Amino acid sequence: MRRRQFLHAASALSLAGCAGIGRGHAARVVVIGAGYGGATAARYLRSWDPDISVTLVDRNAQFVSCPVSNLVLGGNRTMADITRGYDGLRRHGVQVLNGDAVAIDPAKKSVTLASGSVLSYDRLVVSPSVEFLYTEVEGFSGQDRILDAWKAGPQTVALRRQLEAMPDGGVYVLSVPTAPYRCPPGPYERACQVAHYFKRAKPRSKVLILDANPDVTSKAALFKRAWQELYPGMVEYRPNAKVIGVDASAMTVRTDFDAVKGDVVNVVPPQRAADIALMTGLITHNNRWCDVDWRTMESRAVKNIHVLGDATLSAPGMPKSGHMANAQGKVCAAALVELLAGREPNPNPVMNNTCYSFVSDKEVIHVASVHQYDAGQNTIIPVKGAGGVSAARSEQEGVYAWSWARNIWADMFS
Amino acid sequence: MTRKLIVAAAVACAALPSHGQESPAARSLAATCAACHGSEGRSATQEAVSLAGLPREQIVSQMRAFRDGTRASTIMQQIAKGYSDQQIDVIADYFARRPR
Repeated sequence: MRRRQFLHAASALSLAGCAGIGRGHAARVVVIGAGYGGATAARYLRSWDPDISVTLVDRNAQFVSCPVSNLVLGGNRTMADITRGYDGLRRHGVQVLNGDAVAIDPAKKSVTLASGSVLSYDRLVVSPSVEFLYTEVEGFSGQDRILDAWKAGPQTVALRRQLEAMPDGGVYVLSVPTAPYRCPPGPYERACQVAHYFKRAKPRSKVLILDANPDVTSKAALFKRAWQELYPGMVEYRPNAKVIGVDASAMTVRTDFDAVKGDVVNVVPPQRAADIALMTGLITHNNRWCDVDWRTMESRAVKNIHVLGDATLSAPGMPKSGHMANAQGKVCAAALVELLAGREPNPNPVMNNTCYSFVSDKEVIHVASVHQYDAGQNTIIPVKGAGGVSAARSEQEGVYAWSWARNIWADMFS
Repeated sequence: MTRKLIVAAAVACAALPSHGQESPAARSLAATCAACHGSEGRSATQEAVSLAGLPREQIVSQMRAFRDGTRASTIMQQIAKGYSDQQIDVIADYFARRPR
């Protein structure tokens, strides 16, 4: 009787459990995607509980930052400046695998890689980035002369080469998809960077922005002022100009109203959460995004899987940004440390966002926000009265922006 | 007996120091500063101030000055307004105890 009581208590204990007890092995977390969300989650999991085994999988052997990558297009930074390695994470005890996660089995709690190897997990973190929906723009493949360059890497370099090869007097056409998309201010910053390059190297050239949205989606007044004052007559902005088709041989893009010819054509594609999220049933909204519990980042569709970054159905007022993904990675890591130990996660997570845009080689504007969990609304919301945008562009913020990049990369990787 | 054991075990679990000896809520709150000010408040740059090892009162007074607009800034006025007094105290406590 006494023995039975004790066994009873022991099994209840393992349910309530301290880390490791009842599991028979150290808690295992697998993280898919080593960008702003995934790398941060992996690093903080190891920092906050070194007893947790963390395996981080990414297709790329190195990290190339999307934030700041527009500066490469403007000729103001190199690819080396925005590339980081994963050795720092290895020093934290993260097992970093260069591989492609091709399938998740939520019932067996396992991830299969393209190589055929299978990783088992107690909790899975999916920070998979976005998939580009090329087929929503007729004739667009992202593989020919018309590039997206919306994931920093080879296409960033290729687009820079196209701009360098373009004759003076040419037109660079940039298409912006309907929001939400990765990095709301990114296209407008890109227009600034290209204009900055043109102003120096080919001053008779033009930048034409075809925006599917009714207005500039972020820092609108500041961007428009920069175009007028820094690049007068060079940047043309057309709202409500959704590109529905492209022709790479003619170098034209088509909207509902007309066709436009460019010398360099750059289409930011419509987006949804990456394929692995779709295949796993993590997408909950509009066939595009993954809803999560903002206290833990756990999927609202599939248990034990946590989704981070641009793939999430953004909470109110929350942009799809690298800084936001970094914040989500920490909330997720903190929650996993508690959940894997059988404790309650923090009921009041806080996140913030800071997003800098370079309107020239040195001058920068920002948008910032602070987000606190609201139990009544069951989501995380921006604090009223906090946050905002720059009063004006400044070189001071340019210094802060580059400092931000170095600190957030260090926060993820060293 | 059973209940006592469970309660004792639960208490033991709760009392176990999380690694780093700080409450999970405090270190999570402090971690919201890291993207700009460096992990554990140690900045990798000259331009962003390191918060680690700063006196508690200094962090509290500066955060309040930013929030109330008595200290000029580009961005910190907007960030500071997002945190409550109590949260600022927790963050300040946390960083004051970190090694520089």
